Amino acid sequence: MSQIYYYSLFERFWHWSQALLIIGMLITGFEIHGTYHLLGFEQAIDLHTIMAWILIGLWLLALFWHTTTGEWRQYVPSDPDSMLAMVRYYVIGIFLGAPHPFHRKRAEKHNPLQRMAYLMLTMVIAPIIWISGLLYLFYPYWPSVGMEGLPLGLVAVVHTLGAFAILCFIPIHLYLALTTGESPQEKLMEMIVGHEAKNG
Amino acid sequence: MCSLRGSIRPFLLLQFFSLLLLVANMEASEEIISSTADHTKFEALQRTFQSGPEVTKACLECHTEAARQIHKTTHWNWKFTHPDTGEELGKRTIVNNFCGAIETNYARCTSCHVGYGWKDNSFDFASEANVDCLVCHDTTGTYKKFPTGAGHPPYVDKPFPPKSKKIWKAPDLTHVAQKVGKTSRATCGACHFYGGGGDGVKHGDLDSSMTNPNKALDIHMGTDGLDFVCSTCHQKDGHDVSGSRYTTQAKDTHGIDVPGRDDNIRATCESCHDLKPHPVTVNNKLNDHVNKVACTTCHIPTYARGGKPTKTWWDWSTAGRMNNDGKHIKTKDAQGYVNYVTKKGSFEWGENLVPEYAWLSGNIRYKQLDEMIDPGNVVAINTFEGSYDDPKARIWPFKVMQGKQPYDKGNNTLVTTHLFGKDSDAYWKSFDWNRAIKAAMEAGNAPYSGNYGFIETTYHWPLAHMVAPKEEALGCDACHAKEGRLSKLTGFYMPGRDNYYWVDLIGWLAVLGTLGGISIHGLGRIFMKAKRR
Repeated sequence: MSQIYYYSLFERFWHWSQALLIIGMLITGFEIHGTYHLLGFEQAIDLHTIMAWILIGLWLLALFWHTTTGEWRQYVPSDPDSMLAMVRYYVIGIFLGAPHPFHRKRAEKHNPLQRMAYLMLTMVIAPIIWISGLLYLFYPYWPSVGMEGLPLGLVAVVHTLGAFAILCFIPIHLYLALTTGESPQEKLMEMIVGHEAKNG
Repeated sequence: MCSLRGSIRPFLLLQFFSLLLLVANMEASEEIISSTADHTKFEALQRTFQSGPEVTKACLECHTEAARQIHKTTHWNWKFTHPDTGEELGKRTIVNNFCGAIETNYARCTSCHVGYGWKDNSFDFASEANVDCLVCHDTTGTYKKFPTGAGHPPYVDKPFPPKSKKIWKAPDLTHVAQKVGKTSRATCGACHFYGGGGDGVKHGDLDSSMTNPNKALDIHMGTDGLDFVCSTCHQKDGHDVSGSRYTTQAKDTHGIDVPGRDDNIRATCESCHDLKPHPVTVNNKLNDHVNKVACTTCHIPTYARGGKPTKTWWDWSTAGRMNNDGKHIKTKDAQGYVNYVTKKGSFEWGENLVPEYAWLSGNIRYKQLDEMIDPGNVVAINTFEGSYDDPKARIWPFKVMQGKQPYDKGNNTLVTTHLFGKDSDAYWKSFDWNRAIKAAMEAGNAPYSGNYGFIETTYHWPLAHMVAPKEEALGCDACHAKEGRLSKLTGFYMPGRDNYYWVDLIGWLAVLGTLGGISIHGLGRIFMKAKRR
C-alpha cells in the first residue's frame, strides 16, 4: 500500500516551529501580563518580541506556501450539514462507537470542524493578536499617526483575550489530535514524518 | 657625498638635544594655566583688603560689567517672576518647610547670598560693591561666609556657634583675590550642598559628598571619571546660570545642543544625550520610554547615596523644649543623626532613599503667603501640573520633604516666622511662636490673626543629581510589577502592573472550563467504551 503524504516538509516545519513559538509567547506573555515571575520583565519582553517577529516571518512564508500550492483550499468551510454531522459525532456518536462521519482524502485532509477551527484560528484569533500586539509594540508612535486617543488598556484587553483564546485552543487541539485516532501516536507520527502509519 | 653627510649629522643631533632641554626646562619652570590672566600679577590685587566689598571694587576695575550682570540674576535677587503664571517666586517670598522664610531672618539666611550686607529690607540691590565675587570664584577653599554675617566672611577669627570652640577663620582676602578662578563643585556646593541649614538637609541629591564624588555616586561629576563641575551643565551666559526649579524643563525636545539651535540650556540630560540615548536592542522600549519617563527616574535609583543623610521630616511643633535645668536639648537617633534640637524641633533623616514619582510638565506652583490653605489636609507647599495625557509631562523622581510648621489658624494661611535675631521677638530668644509670627508677618505687611497652629506640609524636590552608572539604572521590573515603584500613579495602563479583574476572571474561567470539558468528554468516552464491552 502506497503512503499518502498528508503533510509536506514545510507544513510539518511550520506546525512545530509555530507550536514552539506560541507556547513560548504564552509563557512570556503571561509574565508580561504580571501573572507570575519567571524570566524577569525585560527578558520576557525581549523574548516575546523576538518570537513575535519570527512568527510573523513564518506566517508570511506560510501565506506564500498556501497560495502558491493551492493548499489554502483545505481551509474553505465545508457545507453546514457535514459540519453538523461532525458535531453530532463528537457529542453523541463518539460515545456510542459510531463510525466517523468524515472520510479523509489528500485534498480534504481536515474534517469539517477542523477546517472551521483552523480557519477561525488563522482568520479571527490570530489577526486579533497580531493587530493588538503590533499596536502594543509601536505604542510610542501612536501620536504620530493620530491615534493618541486609543487607550492602551483597551489594546491590552484585546491582546489578553486573544491569548486566553489560544490558551483554550491548545488543550482542545491536543485532546482531539491525540485521542480520536487509532492510537495516541498516530497523528503525532503523521505530523512528524508526514504520512499515516503503515497498516501492518 | 659621504663626507658631507658625516659633518652635518653631529650638528643636527646637537640641535635636537638642545631643543629637548629647552622644552624640559619650560615645563619645569612654568605651569601652564588655561586662563590668559594671572591674577597674582594684577596690581589692583597686590594690597591688603579690609572687607569683601573692597575686593569687589578691585575686581570691577577690570571686569566692568560683572556686577551689573549679577544684578539681573536669581542668585542676586532671590526673586523669580514666573514667566507663565506671573507669580513672584524665589527665596525672598517663598515659605518653605525647612526654616520657613527669610523675612526678618536675613542676616542668617543671606550667608548664602552672592552679596554683602543683606541684613534687612533696606539692602541696596543696585550696589555693585555689594556683589560677592569671591564666594563663587574662590579656588583656595579658605573663603567662607560667616553663618550669621549677612553674606560677609569673618574679618577676624571668631567662633560659630557663638561661644563654642569651633573657630571660623578669617580668610586672607589678598590671597583669595589673587587666586580667583572658575567656579567649582566646592564653590557652588558651599551654598547648594548646605541648603536648609546643614549638609544635605534640603535637596537629597546635593550634599558635601558631591564635592569630590566618585563616579559610582555621580557618573558625570566623579573625579575618577568625567570630573564635571556644576557649570559643565549649568552653563551661564553673562553670569546667568541655567537650570531652574521654578520652571524645571520636564522634557527637552530639542535634543543635543549645538550652536545655531534655539535652545542653549545645557542643564537637561537631552542636551548631551539626545532623545534616543540608548543603544537599540531587541526591543527599543528604553528609547520609547523617553517620551513618558524622565531620564532621572531610572538613572537615579536612590538618592542621598554619598554617605550623607538628607532630612525627610522636620516638625517645628515640638521645638522649644528645655531640660530640667532650663537648658537646650539635643538628641541623636541610633545612627547618630540629630533628631531633636530645642531651637528647631524634631527631625528624621534618611540615606539611600527611594524617590517618590509623579507626572511633571514643568510648571511648579508654590503656595503663596496670601493663599488660603485647607487645615483639614496636608498642605502641599508646591504643586505641579502634569498627567499621563499631557504630552509635555513625564514621570519624574522627587524627594518629598515632610514636616509640621506653624500656620495662621484664624486666616488659614501659611506664616513667616521671626526665628533669628538678638531681639526678644525672635523665636530663638523667647521661644514664643505668637511673637515670632507676629513680628515676621508685620515686617512683611502680611495679616496675622494672632492665633496659630501647626500644619503638616509636603514639599516636592525634583531629583537630577547623583546620577548612577548605567549598570545601576533601574530595570523594567522596578516599575512593571504589581507593587512596583509606580504603583501609586494613576490614569494609565501599565503592563505588568495593571490588569482588568473581569478580563482575567473570564479568561481563566474559560481555560478551566475547557480543561473540565475535555476531561468530562474523555472520561465519558472511556466509561462508554468499557460499557460497550
